[in-house]
Amino acid sequence: MASLSSYLRAAASRIALLRRPLGDVVGQNVRNPAVRKFNCSAAVLAKKETVTVNYILPDNEKVTVKAKEGQNLLDIVLDNDVDIDGYGACEGTLACSTCHLIFEQDVYDNLPEQPTDEELDMLDLAYGLTDTSRLGCQVCVTKEMDGLTVKVPESISDARTV
Amino acid sequence: MASTACARCRNLLTRRLFKSEMLMMPTAVHTKLPMISRLLSTVTAIPHVCIVGSGPAGFYTAQQILKSHKQARVDMVEKLPVPFGLVRFGVAPDHPEVKSYGAEDDRVLGIGGESLHGVYSARSFVGWYNGLPEDRRLNPDLSSDTAVVIGHGNVALDVARILLTPVDILQKTDITQHAIEALKESRVKTVYVVGRRGPLQVAFTIKELREMTKLPGCKSVFDTKDFEGLSELVPTLPRPRKRLTELMIKTADGQTASQQTQGQESPNKEWRLKFLRSPIEIVPSEDGKRVAGIRLEVNELKESEGRVQALPTGEEEILQCGLILRSIGYKSLPIDDSVPFDAKNGVIPNTAGRVSHLKGFYCSGWVRRGPTGVILSTMTDGFETGKSVVQDIESGELDIKSTVDKGRDKLLDIIEKKGLVPVTFDDWKRIDDLEKTRGESIGKPREKFLTVAEMLEAAFD
Repeated sequence: MASLSSYLRAAASRIALLRRPLGDVVGQNVRNPAVRKFNCSAAVLAKKETVTVNYILPDNEKVTVKAKEGQNLLDIVLDNDVDIDGYGACEGTLACSTCHLIFEQDVYDNLPEQPTDEELDMLDLAYGLTDTSRLGCQVCVTKEMDGLTVKVPESISDARTV
Repeated sequence: MASTACARCRNLLTRRLFKSEMLMMPTAVHTKLPMISRLLSTVTAIPHVCIVGSGPAGFYTAQQILKSHKQARVDMVEKLPVPFGLVRFGVAPDHPEVKSYGAEDDRVLGIGGESLHGVYSARSFVGWYNGLPEDRRLNPDLSSDTAVVIGHGNVALDVARILLTPVDILQKTDITQHAIEALKESRVKTVYVVGRRGPLQVAFTIKELREMTKLPGCKSVFDTKDFEGLSELVPTLPRPRKRLTELMIKTADGQTASQQTQGQESPNKEWRLKFLRSPIEIVPSEDGKRVAGIRLEVNELKESEGRVQALPTGEEEILQCGLILRSIGYKSLPIDDSVPFDAKNGVIPNTAGRVSHLKGFYCSGWVRRGPTGVILSTMTDGFETGKSVVQDIESGELDIKSTVDKGRDKLLDIIEKKGLVPVTFDDWKRIDDLEKTRGESIGKPREKFLTVAEMLEAAFD
């Protein structure tokens, strides 16, 4: 701060700015395309086949969206604005468990890639963990999974059982 | 901090920024602020909500309110000129993708020698390497070859990991430059991580443990005796505890990757996990000026009323060391006399986030639940409190039609009268850009400003 007067000017201008009547919303829905690590690569999606995915939300509402082969189940939620509270907090970097999904047994058994230790470590902390649970950010859809249905588990207030 | 709030929060901020504001002030406003203010309107009564604190709990609560109530206006008030709380200051610099957070104070051991030179709280150590202004002068003494970390939580592992990670790896993170310089000169080669109970009671989680076992140039040394009989018990444990215990047993048996160093240079550092040890005295050096060791009593475990307790056996041992980091828990501090506070547990008494006996006041985060859990718990907690607020607005439990207070305007009146300069979110973006530019020239995601004065200069120039 160069001088007291510039400090006082800064104060006055900011207070004035903050008092102004609030205008329209700007910057609608700007989503920062974060660098995604640890995921399968999203190749040239434009040429890929469309895969239909059904998400059963915690309140049992079913949301059906279209995805491209190769996209992971977290990206699909974000791209289609599926409304799930707090989904994908760490943006697919294997640092949380908020993209937790439950699969049907036979689908789970046939998923192309087994979970790594790192995915299992994060799944350990997920609410409502089941034997057919995976992290959405680690599962990429293939055309064989067209029509896939996954359940988004309910989060409860105290799930730490470690 | 390489990443800011989660994608949803960033979306929300951008979408609703001109309907709500974030005010950051270099000094706290010590006054009784109504948490919900009222705006006179003949058409719709718009609820004003003021959230004190801009850490993850504040953001998740704000998100829930803005999402569930289309007219609500939310102002977030933060005492520092920078937002995001311990997402900025608490996350280890080599974990930019992890979210973590804390409370303002920490617990002490309450033993002799605790104020000797060389003894620090893990919380201040974390603040020091993460650029929290109040911890910038910590100057931890890293000249001894042995450090002891007291505690078996993730913060204990964080500080051990920062002490043991090769500096050239840390150099690429947003760890403060003064910490890098100090760590370059560090002579610490052995770190003990000591806890009073056993392997089944550790509070750290598997991701952090796994990382310790994979530290380049560092050996993990566990005593197999600590794990005797556990293998039989493991299949009965719930999955998270089971996998965590299995990893510890595997490490003790010397089977993890870093231990089977295939063609790697032999490690020159090590960390040792010790169980059933409680500190009873910090031993001074001969000249009495600094720490020379720590006296520990040996415990045994006893189960009583569903809790496993550590009880002393009478046996003792001494570990020689020149650095002790106390990582036994955080504590919240009361915000103001007008807000009820449970000093014993360090929380604000509440039900579903509604502060007991104080209508219109809510709490979320560690001040509500106590300082434990991961970001998921804080998120759920923030959502729950947000839901309580919206419920109370919609049910009429909160009177928002009264003409008495005007929310943000009244807050700005107070700020103006006190001659304070509010720092806006746009000002933070200037600080953010400058930190990133400073970092770029030395190969780091950012170089944080260490003082409030520098932050303000960056914001206002």
